Amino acid sequence: MLTFTIRRLFLSVPTLLFIGLVIFLLLELAPGDPMAQVPLTVPPEVKEKMRLALGLGEPGHIRFMKWLVQFFWIEPLNLFDHIFGTGFAEGKLRVISWQTRSPVMDIVMQRIPQTLWVVGLAYVVGVLIALPIGIYSAYRQYSVFDQAGTFVAMIGYSVPPFFSGVLLIVIFSVKLGWLPSIYDTTHVVNDWASFKVQLMQMIMPVMVLALQTTAQISRFMRASMLDNLNQDYVRTARAKGMTESVVVMVHVLRNSMIPVVTVIALGVPGIFGGAIITEQVFKVNGIGQLLITAIQANDLPMVQTLTFIFAILIVVFNLIADVLYGVLDPRIRYD
Amino acid sequence: MTEPVIHNPVGAAQAARLPEKARSQWRDVWDQFRTHKGALTGLGFFVFILLAVIVGPLLWDIDPKYIDIRARNSGPSLAHPFGTDQLGRDTLARMIAGGRTSVSVGLMAMALSLVLGTFIGVLAGYFRRLDGLFMRFTDLFLALPLLPLLLVIILLFRDALRSAFGPEAGIFILIVGVIGITSWMQTARIVRGDVLALKEREFVLAARSIGTPSRRMITRHILPNVMSPIMVSATLGIANAIITESALSFLGLGFPSDFPTWGRLLFDSTDYLQQYPERVMWPGLAISLTVLSVNYIGDGLRDALDPRIRGR
Repeated sequence: MLTFTIRRLFLSVPTLLFIGLVIFLLLELAPGDPMAQVPLTVPPEVKEKMRLALGLGEPGHIRFMKWLVQFFWIEPLNLFDHIFGTGFAEGKLRVISWQTRSPVMDIVMQRIPQTLWVVGLAYVVGVLIALPIGIYSAYRQYSVFDQAGTFVAMIGYSVPPFFSGVLLIVIFSVKLGWLPSIYDTTHVVNDWASFKVQLMQMIMPVMVLALQTTAQISRFMRASMLDNLNQDYVRTARAKGMTESVVVMVHVLRNSMIPVVTVIALGVPGIFGGAIITEQVFKVNGIGQLLITAIQANDLPMVQTLTFIFAILIVVFNLIADVLYGVLDPRIRYD
Repeated sequence: MTEPVIHNPVGAAQAARLPEKARSQWRDVWDQFRTHKGALTGLGFFVFILLAVIVGPLLWDIDPKYIDIRARNSGPSLAHPFGTDQLGRDTLARMIAGGRTSVSVGLMAMALSLVLGTFIGVLAGYFRRLDGLFMRFTDLFLALPLLPLLLVIILLFRDALRSAFGPEAGIFILIVGVIGITSWMQTARIVRGDVLALKEREFVLAARSIGTPSRRMITRHILPNVMSPIMVSATLGIANAIITESALSFLGLGFPSDFPTWGRLLFDSTDYLQQYPERVMWPGLAISLTVLSVNYIGDGLRDALDPRIRGR
């Protein structure tokens, strides 16, 4: 198992390099010019120097290498310095945003907590709702509950977050006035009252994202439970005289969870992608919103870094899913 | 069509029975499809939407771009059943025009991704030499962060294509193209798996033994037999393309405002959420119900095309 993990880790390096190259080459074609905002009175040779200072004006392959070094060596060094108070990265050029002229990773680090709070919580809530629904739907297959679950899952698949989010805002913010429609990131939680405000503003974005997770995972849980409920070992367990709850909740559930756990791991990067839209609906200033503003402002280093972070998430969670599957299911051995 | 020669060893014993009309496979599929209520309802609704966007402009002949500023922000009335927007444009006419764009983007992008996915899937499954290369390629595409990349691609190529094909056709080509080339991977994987299984079947062996060339093998024997997974992923493809197009429009990176799509109408309506909350309903419902109906059709098709379920 360890050799498999190590081999997969090595295999993910070329994948990431390829993705980084694709993103880089795409942005090479960008028509935008970071010097467009500079006044016309600035002489061309000064502009050329400013361009060089931004890391432009060199051949493509050198800039790609420089970006790789910046992303994989200098940025981690900065993180190390930040944690331990050392000075390894001093004087080294970091990835600089064209919008703010400050390091991209600093801005990303400011934005990530908001995204993680909303997206992460939504995923946890979605999974927690989905699992019992899936288990009960499978146990009572074709019952009214199961039919209703199928219908709700279909709706969860079909209603896009930009409509379900807007719909929730219309109902709960405009008509009823119960919940705020805009997520206030500057809000500080320090006592019970402010915690309640935080809870109120999180309910809607979390629910919108959770609906999609629930739809997907509950269907998967149901299918996996149905596969296991007809197996011979279930009959054996019942024949041994075990109570129904032990049979279902221990024997069947544990085996059914194996594929579901990997699906849960695989779904994590997807929900970050979905968060781009949800953040836009509820005006959460997380990394999704950062990406949209960077795209509109033609801030290429920011776009490149953020897209690459999304790619890393996908590759890492694919790896986690593969390894988890091998660990949980002894029938599956890759080597 | 010539009558097939029936070799009947029982001969006269069966003569009394009337020759039953041969049932084609698609007849069986349709009979099974009809038993799925959700799928039938979905098909009905999807046909209704198609009719509405095709013949709708003939019946409701208000120009969606006609600005009647005195009638702006009016509620539902006989003259404007869905009301008007902030410039006095008729919402029903704009919904029909938007539906035309959204549905055609959905169908075209689906067709593109199906052709790509089937092509790669069949080649990877049929030719062992190409398998490793094509599947690594598919895996790489699956590892790409699609929504951010879609946004970036549209940002980069919008102006170039607009100047080449005009503002409307250019953005249409761009959106159909990017959705198509970023959503073929699932189809390719499913088709490859099915082709791999088919290749081991006896009829393929028989065809090979009489010297059928690969080209005809694929078109005559392999492709007809992978039609069912392709059709199911076609329905999922339509749903996915409509949602992606709406999401892009909603993020302000899709079609321009004077060229409405459902996503764009929804995006424009959110600015007036406080004053006219009902205005977001029409485009939102249209997107959701169309996608829901297409998903139900896919569900029904999956059951109908599965020979293990059919006929029970």
